[in-house]
Amino acid sequence: MSEIINLKGRNLVEPNDFTLQELDSIFDLADKILADPASYQEVGKGKLLATLFYEPSTRTRFSFEAAMLRLGGQLIGFDNPDFSSVSKGESLVDTIRTVACYADLGVIRHPREGTAKLVSKGLSNFEMPIINAGDGGHEHPTQTLTDLMTIRHEKGTCNNLTIGLCGDLLFGRTVHSLIKALKRYEGNKFVLISPKELKLPDSVKDLLDDDDYIETDNLDDVIDDLDILYMTRVQRERFVNEEEYLRLKDYFVLDNKKLQNARDDMLILHPLPRNEEIAEEVDVDPRAKYFTQARYGMFVRMALIMKLLGLENA
Amino acid sequence: MLNVDKLKKGIVIDHIEEGKGMDIYQELHLNDIEMPVVLMKGIHSEKMGKKDLIKIETDIKLNMDILGLIDPDVTINYVSDGKLVRKEKLQLPEKVTGILKCHNPRCISNYEDVGDIDFYLVNKDKKIYRCEYCDSYTTFH
Repeated sequence: MSEIINLKGRNLVEPNDFTLQELDSIFDLADKILADPASYQEVGKGKLLATLFYEPSTRTRFSFEAAMLRLGGQLIGFDNPDFSSVSKGESLVDTIRTVACYADLGVIRHPREGTAKLVSKGLSNFEMPIINAGDGGHEHPTQTLTDLMTIRHEKGTCNNLTIGLCGDLLFGRTVHSLIKALKRYEGNKFVLISPKELKLPDSVKDLLDDDDYIETDNLDDVIDDLDILYMTRVQRERFVNEEEYLRLKDYFVLDNKKLQNARDDMLILHPLPRNEEIAEEVDVDPRAKYFTQARYGMFVRMALIMKLLGLENA
Repeated sequence: MLNVDKLKKGIVIDHIEEGKGMDIYQELHLNDIEMPVVLMKGIHSEKMGKKDLIKIETDIKLNMDILGLIDPDVTINYVSDGKLVRKEKLQLPEKVTGILKCHNPRCISNYEDVGDIDFYLVNKDKKIYRCEYCDSYTTFH
C-alpha cells in the first residue's frame, strides 16, 4: 500500500500551493470517496467547517457545505458580510482569527484579489487552515481541483492536451488558476479565445512559453483543434461600466452549429453558472460535461477537507 | 566641480542618470538630514555625457532598494577620513518590500491594512514588479 501524503494543516490559496504528487493524492482520495461514499460519511464527525462568503455564491458554497455534511461534519458561517462584524469595523484578518478559535477549517470567498493570501498570513499562528474559494478575478483553486479531476476522469490524463479557454479571460479567475495548474503538466497547449477587451492578463500569460499558446477572437477557427473547450461567463459583477458588459456578454455563444466542427471526444467544460454562452441545446450533447464537473467538485472538496484536517487515516 | 576626495566622511551617489537626482533626493528623504547634502544636476561626465550627483556629509544607511528602483546604474562611494573606502554598484532588486503600492483597484492591499507589501521583479528592462497579493504588475512611478 502506498504511503499517505500528509497535507494536514496546509492552506490552499493558489493551485500551485500543492505539488503534482500532492494533487494526485487528493484526486486518488476523491476517487475512493466517489466509489464508496458510505465509507466516508462519519470521518468528519466532530469537525467544524467555517464558510466565510463575502461575495454571493451558490455552487461553491453548497459544494463545500455538501462535502462537509457528507463527511459527517458540521458548519458555521455567513454568506452576507453585512451580518458579520465587518459592519462593526473589524478588520478582515481579526474576523477570521476569531473564527479560527472556533472552527477546524475555513473557506473564504471575497471580492478583493489577494484576500486569501492576506488571511493565510494572518493565520500563521493559528491551527485553522484556510481554503481560497475565489478572490475577485484572481484565483479559484478548488474550481481548478474540480476541473483537473474532471479532465483526469474524462480524458484519462492531464498531459499533452490542447485546451481552448473561451470568454472572459481577463476577470475569469477559474481560467487563471486552471492555466497555472495545467502548465505544470507535460505537453499542454493553450488556445486563448476572447474579445480583445477580455484577453488574458500579462501576469498569467507570462507564465506560458510563446510556443505554448495562441490568441484569437474567433472560436470557429480553432474549435476543431481542441481536446477541451473551457467556456466562461462574462461576469457582470467585474465590470465598472454596464455598457461595456452589455456589449461583450454575448460575444461567444456555443451552440450545436458551432459544435459541428468539434472533435467527437472534445470535452465541453464550464465552471458554472452559465448565462447565454452555452445554448441549452448543448446540454444533451455527450461532450457536455459541465454538470458532471459540478458533481466531481463535491467529491474533490470532500477529499480536500479530509486531507487538510488529517482525516485520511481516521 | 565638487571634488569627491574633499569629502571627509559620508557618501557620494555618483553616475545618476541626468534628471533623476531630485527623485533620489526626495525618495530618500534627504531633506530631513541635518548634515549638509549637495545635489548637483547636469554635470559633465566622460562616460555619460551629463549626470547628476549627490554628496551627503554623513554616514547614513541608504535604502538600496529605492535607489535600485530609481536608477540601478548609480555608484555609491563611501568616504572616510577623506578617502574612498568602498565602492558599490547597484542593481535592480529582485524583491522590494514596503516601497511600491499595488495599482490594481481590486487588490485587497488597497482596502485592508496589510503592512509592507512584497513585490517581485518580473521584467528587468521595463522594471515591472508583481504584487505578492493579487499578482498584478506595477512599476515604480
